[in-house]
Amino acid sequence: MEVMQLVGLGLVASILVVILRDQRPEIALLLSIVVGVLVFLFMLDRLAAVLNVLRDLAVRADLNLAYLGTVLKIVGIAYIVGFGAQISRDAGEGAIANKIEFGGKILILVLAAPVMVAVLQAIIQILP
Amino acid sequence: MDVNLIFRIAGIGILISVFNMVLKQAGKEEQAQMLTLAGVVVVLMMVIQLISRLFTDVRSVFQLW
Repeated sequence: MEVMQLVGLGLVASILVVILRDQRPEIALLLSIVVGVLVFLFMLDRLAAVLNVLRDLAVRADLNLAYLGTVLKIVGIAYIVGFGAQISRDAGEGAIANKIEFGGKILILVLAAPVMVAVLQAIIQILP
Repeated sequence: MDVNLIFRIAGIGILISVFNMVLKQAGKEEQAQMLTLAGVVVVLMMVIQLISRLFTDVRSVFQLW
């Protein structure tokens, strides 16, 4: 079962990181980055399958695929920003983490703006 | 799930800390620093390749651009 693999990998990796932390903190940080990336790559094909199911539902409900694309982009940006911010926070750099999150929020706002405009226009049309 | 990458990096880290101790005993402080730098650079190359693979995969899954 993948769950066992996942938990086992996480535990072994955290033990190795603790071993390395006092002698070589920088390599311990790199090791924790590698574990995070490996877990995500391991889960990526299942995530892609879920996203395909979501897309099929959207097509069947003849939703506008542009909005689904925007939602997917926002989720992707949120994940990458979260990944980077968490790593820099682990390294003890809270300020850098906040800057990364700030930039990510701006990017998401930029993506979400057209959707908001479309929603407002729809509402205006409904009003008498 | 290429777990051996994790063990390779952990092995490099442990080796470097052991070599550093040996070099410090031998009184060669600067070589110890050089060794630490070399180790970090080697591990960084591996990590950078992995992160670029992650970014291309995320880009393809979420159609980021």
